[in-house]
Parts: sequence; C-alpha cells; structure tokens
Amino acid sequence: MNVTPAPATLLPNEAFDVDAVRKDFPILATRVHGKPLVFLDSAASAQKPVAVLEAMDGMYRTAYANVHRGVYTLSDVATSRYEAARETVRRFLGAADVSEIVFTSGGTDSLNLAARCWAQAFLKPGDEILVCESEHHSNIVPWQLAAAATGAVVKPIPVTDEGAFDFSAFAAMLGPKVKLVAVAHMSNVLGSIMPIKEIAAATHAIGAKIVVDGCQGAVHQKVDVRDLDVDFYAITGHKIYGPTGIGALYGRRELLDMMPPYKGGGDMIETVSFERSTWAEPPARFEAGTPMIVEAIGLAAAIDYVESLGIERIHAHETDVLDHATALLNAIPGLRIIGTAPGKGGVISFTVDGAHPSDIATLLDQRGVAVRAGHHCAQPLMVRMGVSATTRASFAMYSTRAEAEALAQGVERALALLR
Amino acid sequence: MDVTTKEAELSDLKETFGFLEDWEERYAYIIDLGKQLPPMAEALKTEATKVRGCTSQVWMVGHERLDDAGRAHLEIVADSDAHIVRGLIAILLMLYSGRTKEEIREIDAEGFLSELGLDRHLSPSRRNGLFSMVERIRALAA
Repeated sequence: MNVTPAPATLLPNEAFDVDAVRKDFPILATRVHGKPLVFLDSAASAQKPVAVLEAMDGMYRTAYANVHRGVYTLSDVATSRYEAARETVRRFLGAADVSEIVFTSGGTDSLNLAARCWAQAFLKPGDEILVCESEHHSNIVPWQLAAAATGAVVKPIPVTDEGAFDFSAFAAMLGPKVKLVAVAHMSNVLGSIMPIKEIAAATHAIGAKIVVDGCQGAVHQKVDVRDLDVDFYAITGHKIYGPTGIGALYGRRELLDMMPPYKGGGDMIETVSFERSTWAEPPARFEAGTPMIVEAIGLAAAIDYVESLGIERIHAHETDVLDHATALLNAIPGLRIIGTAPGKGGVISFTVDGAHPSDIATLLDQRGVAVRAGHHCAQPLMVRMGVSATTRASFAMYSTRAEAEALAQGVERALALLR
Repeated sequence: MDVTTKEAELSDLKETFGFLEDWEERYAYIIDLGKQLPPMAEALKTEATKVRGCTSQVWMVGHERLDDAGRAHLEIVADSDAHIVRGLIAILLMLYSGRTKEEIREIDAEGFLSELGLDRHLSPSRRNGLFSMVERIRALAA
C-alpha cells in the first residue's frame, strides 16, 4: 500500500490543481462507448478517491472486528476507529458534542429518523410542518408519514421563479401552529443555496424546530450547525466522496435526549427484560444493531480528504466550472436553465424546446457524458417550475472546464439530431 | 397492410441498420423513424393507456380489424414524448401492428431486435422500457 502517491493535499496559499485531484479518483480514467468518461452526475452520487478506498480496505485487512462488544484488542481498535469517525463528522459539522452525531444509513435514513422520533413522537393534530416545495422526496415523504400518524399538516413553502427560497412568503406562514420547518441547504435540482441561518432564526422565534437536509449543502460549503443554529442536520456519505450505506444526523443533544428509539435491537439498549427494556443514551439509542463500521471509517476518510483540499477552495473551483458551463449552455437557442438564483451551487438543470431530457441524456451518454434526466426525486418542484422533467449536469471537485465544454458540445450535437 | 409488404418493410429496416456505420447515424435514423410515426390523439393518452417502466412517457392502444376471411388483426397506435422512444415505437409497430393475434404471440422480438443490433446499443433502462412495450403488445394480443 506504500507505493500509492500521496493524495493531493494543498497548502493554504496553493492554487486548486484539478489535474492532481483527478488522479486521486481511479474511475475517472474509465472510457464509455470508447470515449473518455465525463462524469457530470455527482449530485446523485460522487466518485470515490483512493484515500477512501484505502481506508476501507485497510480497515478490513488490519483492524476489523465488531464494535462496542469485545473485551479483546481488535474490537477495541475497531471501536476507537469507529468513534474517531464520529468525531470527524462532529468536527466537520461544527457540533458541540460527539453524542449529537448519529450514524445512519444515509440522508434518507437521517431524515426519517428525525421524522419518526421527533415529529411523530411530539406533534399533535393541527400542528403544521412547513416544507420547502423544492425539496427532494426524502425531505417531503417522511413528514407526510409523520403528519398522517399524528394529525399534523404539511404545508409547502414556495420558491421564487428563479428557484430561490421565498422568505417573505415563508415569514407570512409562520404562526402558532407551526412546529417544524424542513428545508434543504442546497437544492439538488436548482442548485439554490437556502438562507438557513435566517430561516432558523425565524423558526426559533416562534418556538418551532428546523430540520436541514444537508446532503448537497455539506458537500459544497463549510457547515457549522452551531453558527447556523439548526436543530437537525442530515448528511449522506456517498455524495461527499464517501461510501454508500452511511450517513449521519446531527441532532441537538436536548432533543435527542427526549426522543424515543428509532429501531430496536442490539447496541441501543441499556437493559432488556421481557417486562421492560430501557434505552441507551444518544447516539447509541438510535444505532440499533451492528453499525456500518467500515463505511463510517470511509466517510471519515472522505471528510479528511475534502478538508485537506479545503472546502472553500473546492467551492471556488466548482463555481468556476459552473459559470463556464452556464455561459456555454445559455448560448444554445431554446435552452432554459431551471434554477437561476444568485450564488447557486454546482448544479445545472435545463430543458430545451423540442427535446426530451431522456433523449438528450441518451445522446450525451454515447459521447461518454453522464448526466441525469428525469424529475430528480422532486416532483412537486417540477410542477412549480412548469416542467415534467429536466436534464441535470452536476459538478464536483474533479469537474473541469473541458468537461463543461464537452457537455455543451454534446447538447448542441444532440439537438442537431433531434430537431 | 398485407403480410408481404410488411415483410419487405422489415427486411428494408434490417438492411438500413446494416448500412449505418456508427451510433450517431443509428440514433439519427431511429429519431427519423419516430418523426414519421402517425400522431396519436391526445384523448387516448390516459393513465390506462400508459406503459410503465419506460424512461419517458409512453401510451399504447390496440384495436381489432377483421379481414375478408374473418380473422382479427391487431392495429396498434402508440406515442411517446421522447424522440428516441418514438423511433423505437415505430420499429415495434413495423414488427407487430396489423398482424393477427396468433402471429403476434409467435414473434421473437428479442431475436428481431438483436438482428438490428439494438440489444447492444441501448442502455439497460431503455432495453427494459422497450420490453415493457413488447409486453404490452403481447397483452393486447392475449
């Protein structure tokens, strides 16, 4: 394992070297239909750097055992690495205490945990849950389930025509019945960055709680849950260059303390008898069964890798590629970008007159360009923006200006075939 | 359309596919076939006529026509909101539409599509969508 070159760590004043970064991602050398892969679907799932692959491989090879169980050395080593991964996530999100970080199977699981154990446990009939209309289904359906179980009501917070959070409409909805606000930090379709700090302040002013879906947001900007002052913040591993099957929910400790368990099983209990069982303290209370041990270590390796490059530097690089791609696509007649809020993140959704998104995506694929087409798990947003589907290109730390050009050329060529 | 015209049309289609050199020409031809597909009345595009499992929206209806000998032939009308899918529909209609139900049930769609090379050039999700359409045609002929 010692022959691998060191990952592309940056000194504070060094420029972002995308070519060096790309060498850390073996899959980017893949060819598709004989063409170099141009991977523009990182918002669905990002590719993995060697640092993550090696951390997981090394864990299985040298330090693997079940955690929190053994009195033997290897289990202690595994446990301390697993808990060190939790500390990495705590640092990454700026949480006050490591017990506020619950490992989950991903972003969807994180949001369902908050919905089941907070909303479903504490909401009453007539209470209101405000959910932004641009949300991913994962940040809509769990609240609908909690509402159905409690008699609470889910109400959509509008977005503006350009896809920004409509703060004045939101403020007008805030009333005594509102108990919860659920909003993504960054829209997976529009790229819009939502003003979480302001939303949280307004939410708390009426005594309600705020849940943030950070699956996209935490990948592209520095997050500090204490500065944002949010109650719950959900992340997933696979979008931040980590493995699938792992995510985390940040929850304010006093909220986690009052929440009932999510799933029953090993590791989440204090005592078990057939008369009555008692629950462990957070976060163990919410981590029933053998956890995703190696995946948690992979997630921590991914976070370390992102931090070694600097998330602000990554953001600046992605914005440069985004701006380049936006200018090129805007020059194509009949092409409309859905989501034009100022300061948006590295996602471009678009429609073109006379061309179905699945046609465009299929023809792009033949050129090696991987994009997503469809409703992007955000059907209410599609209705709001007046489209049935979009083509979406999304950018990551390894995306390049040349890839933005390949995208625009591919779209132009596809349109020549389709029109 | 009588059977001999249909067979001639299918053999032309195979021949044309044989001439096409690269993926771009092949897709351009499929898209062109889609553009020639007769339009489907909007009123027929309902939940009931929608074919599930496609990457875009697909609607399909069949109606029977009796020939002079009293045999029932299935005429198929279908459409999609995507050009490539519309082209695939045009190919399937060449293969199936106007035949008797017995004939439809006996057609080896997989074999025909692989003769065109379409099995290799379509993504798995598109191939699934294509076979969802084939399944619907077979159901209409059941």
